[in-house]
Amino acid sequence: MNATIAMITFRSMLGRRRALLLLLLPAALVMLSAALRLIGENDLEVAANVLQRFGVATLLPLLALIAGTGVIGPEIDDGQIMYVLTKPIPRQVVVLTKLAVAIVLVTLFAAVPTLLAGLILAGTTEMMTPAFTVGVLAGGIAYSAVFVALAVVSRNAVTIGLLYALVWESLLGNFAPGAKSASIQQWAVSVADALTGTSYVTSTVALGVALPLLALTTLAAAMLAVVRLRSLSVASAE
Amino acid sequence: MSELRLEQVSRWYGNVVAVNGVSMTIGPGVTGLLGPNGAGKSTLIHMMGGFLPPSSGTVTLDGAPIWHNPDVYRSLGLVPEREAAYDFLTGRQFILAMAKLHKLPEPGAAAERALGLVEMHYAADRAIGNYSKGMKQRIKMASALVHDPPVLLLDEPFNGMDPRQRLHLMDLIRRMAAEGRTILFSSHILEEVERLAGHIEVVVAGRHAASGDYRRIRRLMTDRPHLFLVRSTDDRRLAAEIIADGSARGVELTDKGLRVEATDFQRFTLVLPRIARDADVRLWEVSPSDESLESVFSYLVAR
Repeated sequence: MNATIAMITFRSMLGRRRALLLLLLPAALVMLSAALRLIGENDLEVAANVLQRFGVATLLPLLALIAGTGVIGPEIDDGQIMYVLTKPIPRQVVVLTKLAVAIVLVTLFAAVPTLLAGLILAGTTEMMTPAFTVGVLAGGIAYSAVFVALAVVSRNAVTIGLLYALVWESLLGNFAPGAKSASIQQWAVSVADALTGTSYVTSTVALGVALPLLALTTLAAAMLAVVRLRSLSVASAE
Repeated sequence: MSELRLEQVSRWYGNVVAVNGVSMTIGPGVTGLLGPNGAGKSTLIHMMGGFLPPSSGTVTLDGAPIWHNPDVYRSLGLVPEREAAYDFLTGRQFILAMAKLHKLPEPGAAAERALGLVEMHYAADRAIGNYSKGMKQRIKMASALVHDPPVLLLDEPFNGMDPRQRLHLMDLIRRMAAEGRTILFSSHILEEVERLAGHIEVVVAGRHAASGDYRRIRRLMTDRPHLFLVRSTDDRRLAAEIIADGSARGVELTDKGLRVEATDFQRFTLVLPRIARDADVRLWEVSPSDESLESVFSYLVAR
């Protein structure tokens, strides 16, 4: 972990316009929850639905995509990464720092809003709110690692990430149940499911499968990012 | 005193060969890497800076390989050609961050020293995004100098600079070299390299074309057969006189005029008016027909 790299990364991510972009979806989630509560539509089923569909299935992957690719992708595209890489710093430190920043951002802009929305909608009933918060955190860590790796490997990281989140996880998951097992989103739901007693949260993947898969995916993605960053060559500017 | 050494270095992208079997040793002082655009200068600098592995051959700094070896950056400073720095940081924040990334014992003092070297104190608290091109070049220079490296690589450092900034940077580079540093900079402008570099390496089309001090390179470039197009009142007669004089290797009569291949640039330009006067021929036009840098360079390669 390197404090200077973290500082630069935070400053670039929280620059005026990008911060607004990061705030948009979480604000929508919290406002929707507040509105539902105001009109009294906040029973446990609605709460579970909002937290799962909005929190886990939309907010989490999109925020992780913005944060995960944003902490390193633009820097590689614009060439500023040279200033970090021309220092006697092991590349794994660079990757781990970028990943840590992404995870902090996902915590701030996905996990905390999920917690707030849950508290507004369901309080602590059936421990559903903390369950979803932990689920979002667990999924957030895996998503961040995958998207950081994607940004190191490909210049089209955002597009590929969107295709994965929207097409693979959402669309194919609905039609081909098999695709659901290979989905970070479902693993996150599995974690939430295991922590709450309510039957409104159901997951298709058992916790015993989801947890090792989350850990393995995170580790593999982080390692891939380190290996590829070590051999990052500038596509000749000529 | 540090030494960069390239041995039989080649680099290709797919089927395209960007650098072909280049060997050179770069020692203390200023070395200019001269070549036309697209000759492979940037590819060479990227390999020396550890941003590109050579496809074959070795690139070493004092015997240590540069690729996959972040430790070399303790003794290597790199000024990339691309402008992008962290635009949202001020100059001072940027240089201080670079000093911290190098884990220097006194990053604050090192940053101030580097800012002083490039005379950027006056703008150090402005955001880099608002800098002019010359100021960006200088702040990039400061970022490469902050850890006082014995080796400095600069990729086209004078691009886009106005004459005053150019002189200032040349001055700075000379001072750095006088302290015993090994400095390599690339350029496609002969005059730039001539004024600054004690030693010149010429690359053309990925090949190492020539090497030496500027006098040697200058001589190589002027002591070559030069092509002239000459139009006059009596081309045929003038051709005969030029041949008789012996200052041309060949003369060709074309409908556009005489194509003369002179053996010696300076002698031919001196002697031609005299020949014409003596032969009572009036000259309409004398124009060198291949003075582009490109043709000068390609002569060196073909040699």
